[in-house]
Amino acid sequence: MRIPCPYCGDRDSQEFVYRGDAGPVRPDGEEGFFDYVYLRDNPAGPIREHWYHAQGCRSWIVVTRDTRSHAIHGATLAAEAAR
Amino acid sequence: MSRSPNGGLIDRSKSLSFTFDGTSYSGFEGDTLASALVANDVRLIGRSFKYHRPRGILTAGSEEPNALITLRTGARAEPNTRATVTPLFDGLEATSQNRWPSLRFDAMAVNQLFAPIFVAGFYYKTFMWPAAFWEKLYEPLIRRAAGLGRLSMLPDPDHYDREHGFCDLLVIGGGPAGLAAALTAGRAGLRVILADEDVRPGGRLLAEHLEIDDTPGAAWAELVVAELTALPNVNVLGRTTVFGVYDGCEYAAVERLTDHLAHTYPAQPRQRLWKIVAKRAVLATGAIERPLVFGGNDRPGVMTTSAVSTYVNRFAALPGRRAVVFTASDSGWQTALDLLAAGVSVAAVIDPRETAPIAAEALLKAGADILLGARLCDAIGAPVRKVEVHLADGRRRRIACDLVAMGGGWNPAIGLGSNMGARPIWSDAAQSFLLDQTPPGFVAAGAAAGRLALHEALNDGVTQGAAAAEALGMPALKPRFAASDEPASGRPLWHVLGRGKAFVDFQHDVTDKDIALSAREGFVSIEHFKRYTTLGMATDQGKTSQLNGHALLAAATGKSIAEAGTILSRAPYQPVAIGLLAGPHRETHFRPERHTASHHWAIAQGATFVDAGQWKRAQWFARPGEKDWMETVNREVTMTRNGVGICDVSTLGKIDVHGPDAAALLDRLYINTFSTLSIGKARYGVMLRDDGIVMDDGTTTRLAEDSFFVTTTTVNAARVMQHIDYARHVLWPGLDVQATSVTEQWSTYAVAGPHSRALLAQALPGIDLSNEALPFMAAAKFRWNDAPARIFRLSFSGELAFEVSVPATHGDTLIRHLFEIGRTFDAVPYGTEALGVMRIEKGHLAGNELNGMTTAGDLGMARMMSKKKDFIGRVMAARPGLADLKRPSLVGLIPVDQSKQIRAGAHLLPPDAPRTTAYDQGYVTSACWSPTVGHAIALGLLVDGPNRHGERITVHDPVRGADVQAEVCNPVFVDPEGVRVRA
Repeated sequence: MRIPCPYCGDRDSQEFVYRGDAGPVRPDGEEGFFDYVYLRDNPAGPIREHWYHAQGCRSWIVVTRDTRSHAIHGATLAAEAAR
Repeated sequence: MSRSPNGGLIDRSKSLSFTFDGTSYSGFEGDTLASALVANDVRLIGRSFKYHRPRGILTAGSEEPNALITLRTGARAEPNTRATVTPLFDGLEATSQNRWPSLRFDAMAVNQLFAPIFVAGFYYKTFMWPAAFWEKLYEPLIRRAAGLGRLSMLPDPDHYDREHGFCDLLVIGGGPAGLAAALTAGRAGLRVILADEDVRPGGRLLAEHLEIDDTPGAAWAELVVAELTALPNVNVLGRTTVFGVYDGCEYAAVERLTDHLAHTYPAQPRQRLWKIVAKRAVLATGAIERPLVFGGNDRPGVMTTSAVSTYVNRFAALPGRRAVVFTASDSGWQTALDLLAAGVSVAAVIDPRETAPIAAEALLKAGADILLGARLCDAIGAPVRKVEVHLADGRRRRIACDLVAMGGGWNPAIGLGSNMGARPIWSDAAQSFLLDQTPPGFVAAGAAAGRLALHEALNDGVTQGAAAAEALGMPALKPRFAASDEPASGRPLWHVLGRGKAFVDFQHDVTDKDIALSAREGFVSIEHFKRYTTLGMATDQGKTSQLNGHALLAAATGKSIAEAGTILSRAPYQPVAIGLLAGPHRETHFRPERHTASHHWAIAQGATFVDAGQWKRAQWFARPGEKDWMETVNREVTMTRNGVGICDVSTLGKIDVHGPDAAALLDRLYINTFSTLSIGKARYGVMLRDDGIVMDDGTTTRLAEDSFFVTTTTVNAARVMQHIDYARHVLWPGLDVQATSVTEQWSTYAVAGPHSRALLAQALPGIDLSNEALPFMAAAKFRWNDAPARIFRLSFSGELAFEVSVPATHGDTLIRHLFEIGRTFDAVPYGTEALGVMRIEKGHLAGNELNGMTTAGDLGMARMMSKKKDFIGRVMAARPGLADLKRPSLVGLIPVDQSKQIRAGAHLLPPDAPRTTAYDQGYVTSACWSPTVGHAIALGLLVDGPNRHGERITVHDPVRGADVQAEVCNPVFVDPEGVRVRA
């Protein structure tokens, strides 16, 4: 599988560390942490997820992947996605 | 010898000698082992898997189910090698398999008499009880009786290479369609990789008398390959099998580099694993001829018609003297003509169809019977001596022969196309399964797409090559090739009822009866059927058997073949050596070792090493006369606590954190506060995971207002780096802060013990090491040997101690320098074991306590959790279950009888409680014998532990020994006031 790292270009997925669903956002206050830490959707279809280019530029990136086909629709730097 | 005097793609000037089962034979350059055996009249090659039936050669290609041999000897012996794809080389040694005592007389052939019990599902039916017999009796018996070749059980002495390939178009297969596709795309300028499994591309052009543009097929293929090879954008990989299709347009292939050579250079790679990323791919793997299912169809001397043509035309090797051709497709008639041309007499051509596809005068003139509307029902003899034929008028006739060529029609070789999970669908036009949905960018062409005739295959190759070019925005000219039209139709014949066993899956010994039985017993879903009968589950993945089997199942269940469906093929499409997949990643290369700068020095000191993650760390430094490791470790501890010891602590993770928001980031990562830390001071910190459990600990030093030096535990270094980057990129991208791993850049030595200051004063003159200048938890920069250096007043041992850091390039010099100076002080090197003993004596935490289940509160650090700021894990750590004061918390343990040991992992129970989990109150995390206090000590997690100092508790160890009574105490056993570290 290939991951299009926005910084390094198309790279082998073995260079990356997978984390998971990029949807949950860390709450600012005291509420919502249980959902943030534990609750994840398991969609059949496109999902945005966090990958870490550990053996490359060390960027955290957000990859959009279709869970049914492993087709990858694109990737952005997580820092830019979060802004 | 059965070799035609001329013809064939063999080099008669190069004679090669080889042995099969110890007998010497000779062949020619260009032969396969199978063709050389055919030419030497060797017909019996092996014994079958279950019934030990004598078997010969069925095919001439990689789909071969029967002719499996063990190639080479000793450690290089490779079992289950297909003789049909083994290029002959001088000195080749091959051995037959699955026979005892000899190939000709095999004692296990008696299995055939018990055939009724070896039917489908016989494991499940026969060996049902008693259960204990399975492991002790049935399984060893079955394993001995069944099976193919045996492994050498020796380490693989060969080297395997690995290569990555990137291309616009991958062409899988170098037959007519593949060559046409590669040529069209190559001329258009695409980056093309053409992979062909044979020693020379050409496919069927090498095996048949075909012409393209008035050029003989083999010569045409040679011309095309020459043009492709000359194109700088085309890479022709011969002897290369694509064996898997994966996500992201990735393909795996094996290139056989030396398997065809008699001699290799040392360390010359035997095979190369290709990982190919291709924007588009054309599957031009051709088609595989189906055997016909009749009695005795597995007898030596029964071959597919395409195999017969291949041996006769390509290798000039004659597989018999008097042949019977039994074919349901037009191609078999050409085989009959090929045999005639080679001087083999053709006794009969039998076709179940009513009309002959070609004018049969030549055959009739040569004396062949043309039996239309007839069926061959039994082949008799091993090797075959005669056949029984069911004629159109109902009569039976016996015909003497020593060769049966059978042709049931052609199955497109689409296996790779279903690797990604799309099921092939039935095509009435092709009378076979074809790819429906294909992997992205992947398309079948030629015979693999059901276009069997040569001109169709060529056109299809051109079309798909041009389509790939156009899809990539590169217009292609479509070459036109003139190839004669040829009859290429057929009418499938799935079964002929005979008296003998009729095999469907030759390699797994599955017969027509097994399929009928499976249907009767309700295993009618194609996937259940596969597993119940094991059809298609042998090393050949049923390349010759699947469709016959599925057609027979459909017939037995009254369905159409389209309804019954077919199964998927899995990677690897052809068997590959495990060594190929491992590549160079074997033994010490399987997992890289990391060495510190003092590694060579430590080896010279006689260090014993231990793995810490990928690091090799000195565990202890034994001296002559010491009787065991414990004596060594006790000495290292005692000498350090009473004098001075030096330990390499370079493996700790080290991260530089820089930027205006560095302090703000660390405040959010750690439970305690770093923004208040003074420049030149260090502080111990603990970080939590999102769920509130402790993740890691370490000291962090502030080197400047905006610069911190973070340390992590050895094994968590990479994880913490990743965590810090996650916080910077995902959680708080607004913070202006950078982080860099510098673990590899610094060598750090802990110099510990009451004499450490004196030693360092001599070793590093000019640095003020006094309490006033460098108090406990202070740090300073200096220069050493013209390099930046740092000194930290940190102590893991609990002694007066310093950690000295220099660039890793200076690490070897520094360790030697420290011990040179240290001679005066009787300085001792100590390893991780002594380090561990000293940290337990001090109640310091390590991986045993930071075990992914403990909270900061459990480890006595509840008050470190800042209430003035947010940090990762703060909210979740406050959950009632995690904040409960009654949770098992850190305590010390001392055996009441001080001669006793305590072992880590043992459980803590009230002294009078039953020894059951219901009364479990905690467990021992770390334990050792302390030379400083003179008895065993331990750290543990005990329910409400901090309030139970002085209590007696039972240390229960049901696995390794009897219970020990222990007293609960403060987890700091040595110098609890911390006087020494501040000395």
